[in-house]
Amino acid sequence: MANKDDKTYGILIDYTFCTGCHSCEVACKKHLDLEKGQFGIQLTEIGPWKVNEDKWEWTYMPVITQLCDLCQDRVEMGKMPVCVQTCQAWCMYHGTVDELKEKMNGKTRMVLVTPQQ
Amino acid sequence: MADYKEFLSKLNRKAYHDGEWQWQEGEYTVTRSTQYTAPGCHNSCGILLYTKDGKLEKVEGDPLNPFNNGKLCMRCENLVEAVNHPDRLKYPMKRVGERGENKWERISWDEAYETIVNKVNYYKQTYGPECIVGVHGTGRNINWQIPMLFNAGVQTPNISTLFFTGFACYLPRIVGSTAVNGDYMIADASVGHEDRYANPEWKVPGCIIVWGNEPLKSNADGFLGHWLVQCVQMGSKIVSIDPRLTWWGARADIWLPLRPGTDAALAIGLLNVVIEEDLYDHEFVEKWTYGFDELAQRVKEYPVDKVAEICGLKPEKIREAARLFATSKPACVQWGLAFEQQISCTALILAVCDLCGITGNVDVPGGMILVRHAFNAHRHYNCGEEFTLPDVAKKKLNGAAKGIAENSIVPHADSDVILRAMEDGVPYQIRMLWIQSSNSIACPAMDAPRALEAMKKMEFIIVADPFMTPTAVAVADIVLPVGMGPERNSLRNWWTPLRAQSKVSSYYEAKGDEEIVVEFGKRLNPKAFPFENDVDLLNWYIGMDGDYEGTFEDLRAKTWEYWDWDGTYYKYEKGLLREDGEPGFNTPTGKLELTPMMYFDWGLDTVPFHIEPPESPVSRPDMYKEYPLILTTGARSHEFFHSEHRQMPTMREFHPDPLVTMHPDVAKEYGIKEGDWVWIENERGRCKQKATITEGINPKVVSAEHGWWFPEQDPVNLYGVFDSNVNNLTQQEVKGQGGIGSPIKSSLCKIYKVEEGVNDLVSPTEQVIKLGGFKHGK
Repeated sequence: MANKDDKTYGILIDYTFCTGCHSCEVACKKHLDLEKGQFGIQLTEIGPWKVNEDKWEWTYMPVITQLCDLCQDRVEMGKMPVCVQTCQAWCMYHGTVDELKEKMNGKTRMVLVTPQQ
Repeated sequence: MADYKEFLSKLNRKAYHDGEWQWQEGEYTVTRSTQYTAPGCHNSCGILLYTKDGKLEKVEGDPLNPFNNGKLCMRCENLVEAVNHPDRLKYPMKRVGERGENKWERISWDEAYETIVNKVNYYKQTYGPECIVGVHGTGRNINWQIPMLFNAGVQTPNISTLFFTGFACYLPRIVGSTAVNGDYMIADASVGHEDRYANPEWKVPGCIIVWGNEPLKSNADGFLGHWLVQCVQMGSKIVSIDPRLTWWGARADIWLPLRPGTDAALAIGLLNVVIEEDLYDHEFVEKWTYGFDELAQRVKEYPVDKVAEICGLKPEKIREAARLFATSKPACVQWGLAFEQQISCTALILAVCDLCGITGNVDVPGGMILVRHAFNAHRHYNCGEEFTLPDVAKKKLNGAAKGIAENSIVPHADSDVILRAMEDGVPYQIRMLWIQSSNSIACPAMDAPRALEAMKKMEFIIVADPFMTPTAVAVADIVLPVGMGPERNSLRNWWTPLRAQSKVSSYYEAKGDEEIVVEFGKRLNPKAFPFENDVDLLNWYIGMDGDYEGTFEDLRAKTWEYWDWDGTYYKYEKGLLREDGEPGFNTPTGKLELTPMMYFDWGLDTVPFHIEPPESPVSRPDMYKEYPLILTTGARSHEFFHSEHRQMPTMREFHPDPLVTMHPDVAKEYGIKEGDWVWIENERGRCKQKATITEGINPKVVSAEHGWWFPEQDPVNLYGVFDSNVNNLTQQEVKGQGGIGSPIKSSLCKIYKVEEGVNDLVSPTEQVIKLGGFKHGK
């Protein structure tokens, strides 16, 4: 579905701060009424293992699947996509790719996801 | 996020119906409310409830509520599944078979009222109300409501979480902090302000010690752990004190994976560095504290090298942590349940209060703020105690906590003393239990098999719960169906804001806790319950007993109301703490008492100390030979609140089995692979859990989950409640100074693989319910 303003929309995830709390996964499952084993967004987990004596790698990153429609209906109402709204770590952002690019700062680890629109 | 102003400015307030508490959206009625993870947790987050024909069909977080800003945990996101679950108790029922046979007959609420009121009156008149023990669980917003029923309705002085030795949950932190500060304190993540992180007075903590808890998973004590993630995004540095690597440890400047049960030694070591290196706040100490010299003398006995040896840490890391905390202004401590679940509990609490005090971090922006419940509606476990007759109140079962009990600080009776009274009839026989919202044998009962035996001796037991539980099947004579969050009018006042909770749906004949309290209270002791309904009770609580000027309906229309007192800093300078209105702290000296008078009154050491856990490699080298691993338990998971949510398909999809966490070295030594079922055993009993292997744990420690039962299994087998129950291995009646604290976080065990057909011929549940239990005690 093309967006009215013809811009590409996406979700920016600052995965330095993703806590792996599963809220986005469950909120999305409930919003889309998905069966067991199905996800519009699903966490992946790396670690924990040691990078060096003082530093750990333990990273969560939610992956957005083909079931995601960027909560088109909610966004049209002026609401946030449900994963972004519920993200407890406050590390997800929704907007146009141009807006989201502005937020990428090189200081934390971020990924910009653009689901099929 | 880190830019809260941007969040507020971009929020489409119209889309979220700012200013309305109820509206129509298509076929749905939407209600702005607050909610905790159904049925229980310790918070109350803003939520929008979507109902149709009296049924809850959708939920989402409320972005306009500053407490959680639209964020919800997975359990609340799953609220619809919980409240509409087909296994919920639908009607009151009475037992028709033997206890444990799971044979029930539906009865009406009227019959339930009549039967129970008659029973209560019979026991009251025949033996005295003290032979009835009121038991309630944690969370689910019941900690003043149900005490009101037991205190004022049943009029028993014996109220307890039961089978939970040493008041080992939260109460000790409250008591300890009150002794030092005159008030309770929490880490300042801007919770006191309606404009939260945008508040001009608030400061980002420079350093946060996350100590003995994983607040992201526990959401403990009126505090959302994720607030601290915001702080980290704004620059807070982390020190993590935990034998397990948590999210905090992996992102910490310093992770201190100490040996469980040695936290007090570490705290004194930190104080040692701060004092010896002259890093404390001289001005604050001189002007506002009492007892510094005595404290300084004691900490000399704990040089860092000695502390490092006790705790199994590197001395330099302890020094670095102390320096970081003392030189970051402001700094705070998110202190957790591990404080209570060790023998040095009172000393640990004191040492950490002292640490915050001498570094000048008490009641400053971004430090440890002194808090009270919103609008002084502060009564909790003591609610209604004025209706207990004085001669009956004297019979409160309180032996071990004598010093503290004499000061009427602890409303609860002592769990261990009640246990003995149930078992042996000393000092008098307990005959009836009323258990509301506690799944005793699946969760709080240390030495769960012993608890079951003790309960079986009771003549009459009521269990009120949203679901049939192992406890209900095993011992209940009557079960009452309890309504979940959206099915009750209620309010939450854990710190601030005061929050309303609205009844929007119903489930068969389940009743909300407030309704149950009023209905029984009116019948048991009408003088104490001049209330028509639940809303009357709520109005009494906030208006008559507290300082809130509105009614419940007013509050409901606003949904939340902040209380400025909690958001005010430097209250000790402003004369806001003491009843006489003078500057200072609400303590006998008016100072922050580093060596508290109240500790002295209660018979506790007034300077911190370390005591070895009763079972440790140091205290019991003999036992350590046979049981070479330190067992810790109680770590939380995102999916469950204690023993709840095991019947939710979505939660079990994420977390199907009980997990025991171990280091790869341990796994290798015992030939265990990821996902293997493993026996965990000590001389008291055993249970099995699935192995999960991680480098992120102290290699001497295994961490087992608590609260497991299997609602999908046969109720006559008590849902397999003992199979994975780590409380087959823990014990009651072992506690710290003043009867406070117990060593749940540190006992000894061994582990070995479950081998099908070889060492699993008798399940632990069968062992307990058919074969007379484990060897222990035989």
